[in-house]
Amino acid sequence: MLTYISIIITAIFINNIVFAQFLGICPFLGVSKKISSALGMGAAVTFVITLATVVGWLLQYYVLDPLHLEFLQTIVFILVIAFLVQMLEIIMKKITPALYQSLGVFLPLITTNCAVLGVAILVVQKGFNLMESVTYGIATSIGFTLALWIFAGIREQLSLSSAPKAMRGVPLALICAGILAMAFMGFSGIKIG
Amino acid sequence: MKKYWKIIYEGILPSNPVFVLLLGMCATLGTTSSAMNGLMMGIATAAVLICSNVVVSAVKNLVPDKVRIPAFIVIIATFVSMLQLLINAFMPALNASLGIFIPLIVVNCVILGRAEAFASRHSVFESLLDGLGCGLGFTFALTLLGATREILGTGKLFGLTLFPEDYGMLLFVLAPGAFIALGYLIALVNRLRKVS
Amino acid sequence: MKKLASTFPNMVLSLGLITALAGALLGVIYDITKEPIEEQARQAQIQAIREVAPEFDNNPQEQAKTFTIDGNEFVVYPAYNKGKLEGAAVKGLSMNGFSGEIDVMAGFNLDGSIRDYRVLQQAETPGLGSRMEMWFRDPAGARSVIGKNPAETPLYVVKDTEQHGAIDGITAATISSRAFLESLRSAYEAYRQYALSENNELKEHL
Repeated sequence: MLTYISIIITAIFINNIVFAQFLGICPFLGVSKKISSALGMGAAVTFVITLATVVGWLLQYYVLDPLHLEFLQTIVFILVIAFLVQMLEIIMKKITPALYQSLGVFLPLITTNCAVLGVAILVVQKGFNLMESVTYGIATSIGFTLALWIFAGIREQLSLSSAPKAMRGVPLALICAGILAMAFMGFSGIKIG
Repeated sequence: MKKYWKIIYEGILPSNPVFVLLLGMCATLGTTSSAMNGLMMGIATAAVLICSNVVVSAVKNLVPDKVRIPAFIVIIATFVSMLQLLINAFMPALNASLGIFIPLIVVNCVILGRAEAFASRHSVFESLLDGLGCGLGFTFALTLLGATREILGTGKLFGLTLFPEDYGMLLFVLAPGAFIALGYLIALVNRLRKVS
Repeated sequence: MKKLASTFPNMVLSLGLITALAGALLGVIYDITKEPIEEQARQAQIQAIREVAPEFDNNPQEQAKTFTIDGNEFVVYPAYNKGKLEGAAVKGLSMNGFSGEIDVMAGFNLDGSIRDYRVLQQAETPGLGSRMEMWFRDPAGARSVIGKNPAETPLYVVKDTEQHGAIDGITAATISSRAFLESLRSAYEAYRQYALSENNELKEHL
């Protein structure tokens, strides 16, 4: 039990995927201008990361390892992710058009979100079992959503401030992200269990 | 001839992938704790970019439109895996310092972006030049950011001591410093370009 | 040449062809790089063993023995010269680093004193905990662990007064320092167990 709590806390706060591991920065900068779209992106990413982690894990241990095809890991994982995203899009369109309306625009962006591929590779590198991998995947996505959400709140305010022209937009956003990352550094070194 | 120079130049400065187009941020922030790391990551990415641009352009007519993105991804992933194996075999130290960011070159938006926006519409030779230009631009940006962080953080540049380490601001080697340094560099580039 | 139309057979054919080519190409590269990658790993290890262990003429990797200490695996690579045990290199780890695992290769002389060490892998904070490779061999103050015998000198940071710590930890990186010293202590324990199982006369030293 302690392992799972430790994985969750570590993935959300101590080793936050955006602020400490630098994964998923593109959507972090691109979709964080409004709180509502940040939460939508977070939900879509959570879904894909969890699925991709499970499928990737199963493929790694039941197909790639027994066949000694570990060197195909990158190529297989990215195809799985592209396939999952495509499927998700089709299914959502058919079953829940309302949800598709709100999340659909983010889906194509997720294929090239390195957080998804990153987590799928990391759980294999860390040698997690299936349950731990799922936990890690979900917790990481929560960490991602949290980062996106906090940051969107800040950026909504930022857009109203009058900064020097060259600093407006992304530069100022990056510097704020740096300050947020400092806040998250306060969590580092915490030991659970 | 002038046209070709323009293609290369375009990727290096006017539409620099990092400073202007703001693509490939993960690798940019994650691997630039020193100038050397930034340079190496830049070269690795540029190698994949050039190869994938050439191949994508060569096969562009054999790939039906609807499946072009998956096809491009397979091509890019193949080159990345090759690079990964070669680095593992011949430069294990590099593998240790870049870590997970080597396989993640696959999802670097610069590469897929250039394949889609340039290579799938231009000749092989032009695509090669475009890959070269963007690759150089990316390498330049990463090396500059890495150098900035290394100097401010540890007082060194490419491992050579410029001033004693005790006066360095360690923050710049750590995660927050990456964001802050890149933010100021982009602002500086914005100022120089006199835009917005 | 005209662009292929997006008909179903065309799509399957073209994707299939590209994937097959990619797979084949990767297979070839994998075959070519397989040998060098394994060789590389072996060389890196023998290099580390050679750097830390006393001089030897045997093959330490073949005679390696694994011990489990506090749930972590420690591999002892014995160094024999002319058939006589001279010491060993011990590959050990600590899971208690600031950012996870720290792997070290520690070399011990016959009497159990530390001959040298290499940090094989760590992810400690750059500029702080990551300085362990240089720090614990620095002759300044009580930083160095080289030549110290874990049986005589308590390999703990000075802050750990309960254990009578005798080593100056890295400034502002006590957790990393503690983890590093812990890995050395456990490595020593593994070496001691190995040496005793091999040669009972060593009892008086260890």
